[in-house]
Amino acid sequence: MTRQQAHQLAVGLISAVAALVVIPIVLVILFIIVRGIGTLDWEFITTVPRSGMKEGGIMPAILGTVILTFGTAIACIPLAIGAAIYLAEYARDTRLTRWVRLAIVNLAGIPSIVYGLFGLGAFVLFLNLGTSIIAGSLTLGIMTLPVVISTAEEAILAVPQRFRMVSLSLGATRWQTIRSQVLPQAMPGIITGVILGLSRAAGETAPILFTVSAFYLPRLPHSIFDQTMALPYHLYVISTQVPDMPLSIQYGTALVLMLIVLSLTLIASIVRTKMRRRREW
Amino acid sequence: MPNSHQVKIAIQDVSFTYSDGTEALRNISFDVYTNEIFVLFGPSRSGKSTLLKLLNRLSDLSEGATIRGGILFNGQDVFDHRVNVATLRRQISMVFAIPTPLPGSIRDNLTYGLRMGGIRSIDVLNERIERSLKQAALWDEVKDRLDKSAFALSGGQQQRLCLARSLAMEPDVIVLDNPTSGLDPLSTETVEESLQELKQRYTIIIVPHSVQQATRIADRAAFLLDGDLIEIGQATDIFVAPQDKRTEDYITGRFG
Repeated sequence: MTRQQAHQLAVGLISAVAALVVIPIVLVILFIIVRGIGTLDWEFITTVPRSGMKEGGIMPAILGTVILTFGTAIACIPLAIGAAIYLAEYARDTRLTRWVRLAIVNLAGIPSIVYGLFGLGAFVLFLNLGTSIIAGSLTLGIMTLPVVISTAEEAILAVPQRFRMVSLSLGATRWQTIRSQVLPQAMPGIITGVILGLSRAAGETAPILFTVSAFYLPRLPHSIFDQTMALPYHLYVISTQVPDMPLSIQYGTALVLMLIVLSLTLIASIVRTKMRRRREW
Repeated sequence: MPNSHQVKIAIQDVSFTYSDGTEALRNISFDVYTNEIFVLFGPSRSGKSTLLKLLNRLSDLSEGATIRGGILFNGQDVFDHRVNVATLRRQISMVFAIPTPLPGSIRDNLTYGLRMGGIRSIDVLNERIERSLKQAALWDEVKDRLDKSAFALSGGQQQRLCLARSLAMEPDVIVLDNPTSGLDPLSTETVEESLQELKQRYTIIIVPHSVQQATRIADRAAFLLDGDLIEIGQATDIFVAPQDKRTEDYITGRFG
C-alpha cells in the first residue's frame, strides 16, 4: 500500500465513523418529525388535555416545562457563576478546593434519578416545600450545577492573563477587574454553558418525577408552591401509564419537547458565534 | 539634572524568589531620582521585568513567591500592609511590552483607570483624555475617532495609547517594560521623543529594547545579570567606560 492509498483509507475510515455518529441523530429527529408533525397544530399547543389526555392539547405541560426551565436558571445560575469565579480567580490549590473540584466532577456523574430522590428527601419532605415548582426547580438546578460551573470556569480561564494585568496595573481592584474585564469577555462561554445545562434540565424526567410533576393537571399552576405538568414526564405518562393512548399525541408531544430542547441548543450556538465574532482580539 | 538627587524610589536589599525556587533577584539596592529616565538593562531572564513588577506590586500575582528587603516610594514602603495597592498602581503606572488595549473604544481605554478610581465627571475625563493623548503624541491621529475600537489602531498607535492610558491617571512614576518591542523605527522614535518630554513631569523607569535604545534615552542606567546588580551609573559613564568587565562585554555585544 502506498502512502497515498494509506492516506485515502484513513480519510475514508474517519469519515465513515463521523457519518455513523450523525446518522442516528438525524434518524431520530426525522422519525419524530414524520410521526409527530401531523398532530402539531395551534390547538395542540394552546389547549388543555381532554378525555383522560386522549384528546386536546398539551399546553399545561409546555408551559410547565418553560416555567421549570426558568426556575432552574434562577436556582442554578448565581450559584454556578459564583462558584466558577471563585474557582478560576480566587481559589488557591488547597485541600478544600481540591474537594470542591472533586465534588463537582462527581455531581456530574450522578444518575438523574438519584437527584430526583434527593430532591424528594431534601426539598419536598425535609424543607416541606411539597411537590412543587420550587422543589423541582431546586432539584434540576443542582443537577445542572456541574456542567455550568465547568463551562463557566473554562470560559473565565480562557480570558488572556494580560487583560487582568493591565486592568490591575491601572489601579482596578481584583473585583473590578473581574466585573469589567473578565466576565464580559467570558460571557459567550458562560452563556453557552448555561443554555446547554438548561436544555438538559428541560428534557429530564427523573428529577421531576417525585418533586414537581402532576400526572394530570389541566390548568396552569397558581404559584411556585403548586404542582405543574411538564413535557418529559407527560410524555412518560402518556407512553406507559395510559392504555389506548393515540400514538399521534405521543409523537406530537415528543416533537414539541425535542423542538424546545433543540432550539435551546441552537440559541446557544448562535449566541456563541455572534459574541465570538464581536470579540476583537 | 533637575531636582538633583531627590530620591523617588529607594530599592533596599531586595531579593525575589518564585514559588518554584527560581531566584529572580538577589540583594538589589539602588535609588531612582525624581524626573530622570532610569534605564534597567541586561539580557533576558536577568530579573528586569520582575523588578519592575515589584514596584507596583503586580508581583502579588505570583503566588507563593518570597520577597525580602524593602522598596520605598516617596519614603513609604510599598509592601507595608497599610498601602492601598490600587492607589499605588495609579501612582506607579506601568506600560507593558505588548500593546494591550482593553476591549472597547479609545475613550474607554483612556478613562478606564480613572473610572475604576471613582472619577465620573465628564469634564475631568475629557480633559484627561486630551492632555494624555497630546503627551503621548497621539492626539492628532485619533482625536476624530475616540469612540472607535482601540483595536483598529496600528501597533505603534496602540502602544502610544497604552502610554496615554497610564498618563491619564497623572501618575508619579511611569514604568515601561520594553515598550517599543513590537514597533517600527518611526513609532519607536516617536515614543522615545515623548519620554524626553515626559521626564519634565514624571519619573521614568524603563527596560529598553536594546543597548542602543538605552544609550539614546538614559539619564542613568543599571546593568542586571542573572538577578544581580552588576553596575549602576550615569549614562555618560556606564555606556562609555563601564567599570565591570561583564557590563562592557554586554554593551559591546559580546553576549546577550
